[in-house]
Amino acid sequence: MEYFLQQLINGIALGSIYGLIAIGYTLVYGIIGMINFAHGDVFMVGSFIALIAFIGLLSIGITFIPLALILVLLVAMLLTAVWGWTIERVAYRPLRASFRLAPLITAIGMSIVLQNFVQVSQGARVKTLQPVITGGYELMHAENFAVSLSNIQILIVVTTIALMTAFWLLIDRTPLGRSLRACEQDRMMAALCGVNVDRTISLTFVMGAALAAVAGLLYLLYYGVIDFFIGFIAGIKAFTAAVLGGIGSLPGAMLGGMIIGLIETFWSAYFTIEYKDVAAFSMLALVLIFFPSGLLGRPEVEKV
Amino acid sequence: MSTAPLLNVEHLTMRFGGLVAVDDVSFAAERGQITALIGPNGAGKTTVFNCITGFYKPSEGMIALTHASGRRFLLERLDDHAINAKAKVARTFQNIRLFPGMTALENLMVAQHERLTATAGLTLGALFGLKRFHAAERQAVELASHWLERIGLIDQADNAAGNLSYGDQRRLEIARAMCTRPELLCLDEPAAGLNARESDSLNALLRTICAEENTAILLIEHDMSVVMTISDHIIVLDHGAIIADGPPQAVREDEAVIAAYLGVPDEEVEDAEREVGL
Repeated sequence: MEYFLQQLINGIALGSIYGLIAIGYTLVYGIIGMINFAHGDVFMVGSFIALIAFIGLLSIGITFIPLALILVLLVAMLLTAVWGWTIERVAYRPLRASFRLAPLITAIGMSIVLQNFVQVSQGARVKTLQPVITGGYELMHAENFAVSLSNIQILIVVTTIALMTAFWLLIDRTPLGRSLRACEQDRMMAALCGVNVDRTISLTFVMGAALAAVAGLLYLLYYGVIDFFIGFIAGIKAFTAAVLGGIGSLPGAMLGGMIIGLIETFWSAYFTIEYKDVAAFSMLALVLIFFPSGLLGRPEVEKV
Repeated sequence: MSTAPLLNVEHLTMRFGGLVAVDDVSFAAERGQITALIGPNGAGKTTVFNCITGFYKPSEGMIALTHASGRRFLLERLDDHAINAKAKVARTFQNIRLFPGMTALENLMVAQHERLTATAGLTLGALFGLKRFHAAERQAVELASHWLERIGLIDQADNAAGNLSYGDQRRLEIARAMCTRPELLCLDEPAAGLNARESDSLNALLRTICAEENTAILLIEHDMSVVMTISDHIIVLDHGAIIADGPPQAVREDEAVIAAYLGVPDEEVEDAEREVGL
């Protein structure tokens, strides 16, 4: 029981990070129908920016952790958002009128570019960050096993919930959210209603990248170790999460992220850690057999 | 007040490869009038519409729009969203193109996007409840409700647009176009698929739009009873060229128009054959 509870906590923390990245995939797919394979690497870039910002802040003497964290969060979100905007501008927008596979190919190219850029500019070795947020609570105590909830796990879940709420309000209540949904359903018609479609698509990339930066920061704080290659696996997992939840659906991305995080954690805990990825991807295959458009995705209805 | 016509199309030509869909078409649409664009299938009516609303960039020609304030826009040079946002041209389609997953009210709110984002302060203002934004949002809802009431759909405001009946969707499209506060409203076969009663109420709606909102209407329509009843001015296209241009009465009796619609009487064909020596 204690062991199970501990794994549940770990799984939810991991799932939150996957969920935040998955939003980026689902948003972009929803609005322009392409899979942004570079998104995992945007997450990686976000975590590097966070690390550099952290070290920079500490070196100029800002050691009060909450202040440093907020500053790092803002810097990472802002700079990563600029990356996201630039990627859309140079790699995707010129090809938007092209055939469907073209942006997919540039996306894969962009992913390689980002990985290599970080590898060359930051070095290939892993980068570490000393634990910044330590401590936690002991929830339960059995004979030889304690269930602990660490402060960093609380931070991850609280940040994720806060961001998701803000994001949901943005999509549901603001003019930007409405125009985003309008572009999703009929881009040309949205333009004829006066919506600047190019700008809306740019903002989609900006928002996706900003959320990925938050995920990057949380990942950095949680694991303390990053390298130029973390974006690949995390990206594939988050993409799986988005498809599992129903690509194009925001709650679906979050739900998918949670499911993938939980499966991975539980599989590692109760079976073998080597096969945790197999378990996660098998789950995807199973779900797609029974729910071809994902758990919360809307099936496309063709009117005749 | 400017004296130039609202819409002035000059020497508009649109080629698709070797096919000339619209060939040197010039016409004007006046403020406060309903101008109808008619012609047999394939005459190039929708192509003219697509050029005006930015779907196509014309091969040749000029499309000038002059607002009542005197501001002048060359539509062929504007981006597609600017044609609506800046030049104030709105349109509907032959087939319905609402945002089916959004509610009727939201459909009308999207149409007011431009004015709302101006007050939303990079969207953050909207999230954190900026006063200015709330006031603008309230006005937008008021305008939307006003139009929902006029088209008799206020009870359906929160239903998804895709679930409304066909006739309701048609009217909602017109309301959405009107929520962008257009100077020129382009309607592509608004009466298609409507029954006689719905068609009558549509006619009344269009007349009031024209009279009360100071919006000119450019109309493509196949239903001659609708065209003859409501238009002030009719332009007839055939094979991409204008064959008649004038008030309904004159167009109705124009021989070229009758020939284009009904074909040429047999004697004339025989005359022509005799002339070329067949």
